[in-house]
Amino acid sequence: MAMNGESTQQPPALDADILCAGFGPATAGFLWTLTQGLQRPEMAGVESKAVPGLPPQIVCYERADDIAFGVSGVVTRARAIRASIPDLDPAAIPLAARVKEEKLIYLLDPVGATRRPAWMRLADQLCRALSGVLGLEHEGLALPWVPEFLHKRGGFIFSLGQFNQWVGQQVMMSGLAQIWPSTPVAGPLIEDGQVQGVRLAADGSEVRAALTVVGDGPVGAVGRQLDEHFGMPAGHRRDEWAVGMKMVIDLPEDCTLEEGTVWHTIGFPEPEIFGFLYVHPGRVASAGIFVPSWMDSPVRTSYRYLQHFVQHPYLWRHLRGGRLRSWGAKSLLESGRRGEPYLAGDGYARIGECSGSTNVLTGSGVDEAWLTGAQLAEAALELLREGKPFSRENLEAAYVARRRASWLERESQAAERARNGFQWGLLPGFAGMALAGLTGGRLALPRRGEERKPKKLAEYYAGRLSRSEIERARRRAEAEARPLHDALMDLCGWPPVVYDGQLLVSHQDALLMGGKVQAPAEFPDHVVFRRPQLCLECETHLCVEICSGEAIRIAAENPAGVPAFDREKCVHCGACLWNCPVSNIEFCAAPGGLHSAEN
Amino acid sequence: MPYQIIVCGGLAPDPLQTLEPVFDPAKPSLKNELMLPAVFDPWAAHALYEAGHLAKQHPGSTVRVVSLAPKAKLQQVMMTVAQKLPFELVALDGPGGGFTDAGAVAAALADAIASMPDLDPPRLLLFGGWESATRGAGVVMQRVAARLGITEQFLAVDELAVEADGSLLIKERIEGGRHQISRCAGPPAMLAWATGNLPEPPNHPQTGMANMRVIMPALQKAKPAALEPAAEYLRTALPAAVRQTRVVKDAPAAEIAREIAEWIRQ
Repeated sequence: MAMNGESTQQPPALDADILCAGFGPATAGFLWTLTQGLQRPEMAGVESKAVPGLPPQIVCYERADDIAFGVSGVVTRARAIRASIPDLDPAAIPLAARVKEEKLIYLLDPVGATRRPAWMRLADQLCRALSGVLGLEHEGLALPWVPEFLHKRGGFIFSLGQFNQWVGQQVMMSGLAQIWPSTPVAGPLIEDGQVQGVRLAADGSEVRAALTVVGDGPVGAVGRQLDEHFGMPAGHRRDEWAVGMKMVIDLPEDCTLEEGTVWHTIGFPEPEIFGFLYVHPGRVASAGIFVPSWMDSPVRTSYRYLQHFVQHPYLWRHLRGGRLRSWGAKSLLESGRRGEPYLAGDGYARIGECSGSTNVLTGSGVDEAWLTGAQLAEAALELLREGKPFSRENLEAAYVARRRASWLERESQAAERARNGFQWGLLPGFAGMALAGLTGGRLALPRRGEERKPKKLAEYYAGRLSRSEIERARRRAEAEARPLHDALMDLCGWPPVVYDGQLLVSHQDALLMGGKVQAPAEFPDHVVFRRPQLCLECETHLCVEICSGEAIRIAAENPAGVPAFDREKCVHCGACLWNCPVSNIEFCAAPGGLHSAEN
Repeated sequence: MPYQIIVCGGLAPDPLQTLEPVFDPAKPSLKNELMLPAVFDPWAAHALYEAGHLAKQHPGSTVRVVSLAPKAKLQQVMMTVAQKLPFELVALDGPGGGFTDAGAVAAALADAIASMPDLDPPRLLLFGGWESATRGAGVVMQRVAARLGITEQFLAVDELAVEADGSLLIKERIEGGRHQISRCAGPPAMLAWATGNLPEPPNHPQTGMANMRVIMPALQKAKPAALEPAAEYLRTALPAAVRQTRVVKDAPAAEIAREIAEWIRQ
């Protein structure tokens, strides 16, 4: 590849023609489509501008230490993936299976500790009273049908890590693109309103390209800096998030769950928390939950809730005796189309989750992300073939127009208002989702003016815990340098989690057994508390409670001070970033994190 | 004197993974071997870092890695290793993991090296790890060297210094935590490295991009290396004798001796 030129009079020399920040399903779709397209006869004459005489030079920088270290569900209809890879054989990809059976299950509260509204408690009583008629079993009720908008019939169950690895290997074996792991991108190079490339975190070096493809996920440094620099389109905001946390489990030998089984769950461990169970080949399952930003708990936690989720009798009858083999967590940007940034500008384009492609109505993000990447690749091929520059106008015409004309746009519009109801409450939330889903988005509840945010501790626990109980719990947690949620959940009647050393293990053991976290030595802390005073004034450190790796903790030696960050435990989920109520956290690009290829 | 440094190194599962050998009727393997992320074998990696350091000190030197591994995995791993220092690659597409025969691996590596048209024995330093992280047979490098006719062989090397007269001063690990210090007149020589003294170089993306200009074509030209097994691997098992450890302070020697004798009798 060409090195940077030194003249300040000439436009800076390019290191590459196309540069991608982040390797996830969107970039995978982009690189797959691009490298396939470059092998078509009509692309034979297209040459690199960075290195004349060679094919276009395409590089991708991924933050994680391996291209297989991604985290996601995944169950997907895979419409876009199958369109790109018509002969896709799941047998070629470890942990991939076809969806065979799909259920939507309402989980009752078997422990009596969840914060169920009255109507839900009544529903539980009715289910139990009519259990024989309704077919209630093990405190779970399989609903008679899966709404059309939610189903994944004909699709696939994947391990995102294995899928990414498979695609990445195929792409690199083409010899037309390079995917560099362990290479976090610090930010974009923006000059005169044009994105010229990126700056790498490792050594601050600049890499210039005619097109910068931004697919670095919901908390990626490049995407966030572009949003800060260019702003968001009018009315667009990124205010709805969730933490997705999952376990990959070796099922016990007597487990009867069949490969291809897909369960979506609602109702437990809290009414706001949705869950899933997918069964991979080889007696392996993924089980996980989503903890949303609109859950108003000031001590929301993912790991403790995940442990209670897998122990729900409906799941536990199959999982008991299983073994944790992998574990992971990530942030999900759930604002959907409302969180869509400017999709293209001079020298850059946005794809995947950071471009607002996740569909919160269908509960699908991977296939949508892949599609945005494939669409951008088709656009790039078109512009390369015609010798046109990657200007905003050209990218709007070739990429954004493709996206607007596709099913992605139609379904994004249908989903745009689907979650509005949850801002009002749980029942309006479910009703609003059903309304939007069943009418294709034509009908939906209006959005509340004020965002639903975490409540104060006393307000949230009113009627359940007294102020003095909360204060005692807080003092105990501070003295033990532990998050507050365990103490409060214990007081509210959540049963203790009895560790079996196999599947039920401490949070720290999950990092060691199922995630294996690593942080290279040569990088500074990537989580920084900007203004210490704001942390000192914070009532509940939500960053501590939600942290997926217990990497942010109250320091025992300074309980009233700024939380301490231990980057050796950080899984890079980015939940601290959007959970901080005063936006006091800087989340920088850094390598390391989870070393699991199975999530 | 510019050296021609050839580093032999394969792949090993990422050290953070949990490994479980399984034996199906066809062949032994690691459970979920296809899924496991891989790294450049840590022992060979030390050899590579030392090779890069030496090459930098002696302008005109070249570093060439010869690697026998599944091609797709090797490509993936090279994207990280190539960011460390400049080198060329000769890739052999063959099985990884620990269930390969050391003699067959050595033969494949030696054949690949012997067939290099620019092989220059008077400048040749053959580097590798003193064992691999996958099996630890500890004999591959000696056998490669023997096949290439290199008689100056050093094992468990921690340090190499080039004297003013061009001779090589080499520190090898020996029993008792000591180093054995030897001198040899110069290349050709084989050095099978222990950890050496150098830290892992930080990633340098521009180095990686430059390396890829030669590594990508090398990967695409990788020749298949079908290794004939010389032994039949039957199973893995824990040692029959399990160590028992107790910490007891101020025990009389006679009591310790009595306990040991009793333990042996059991």
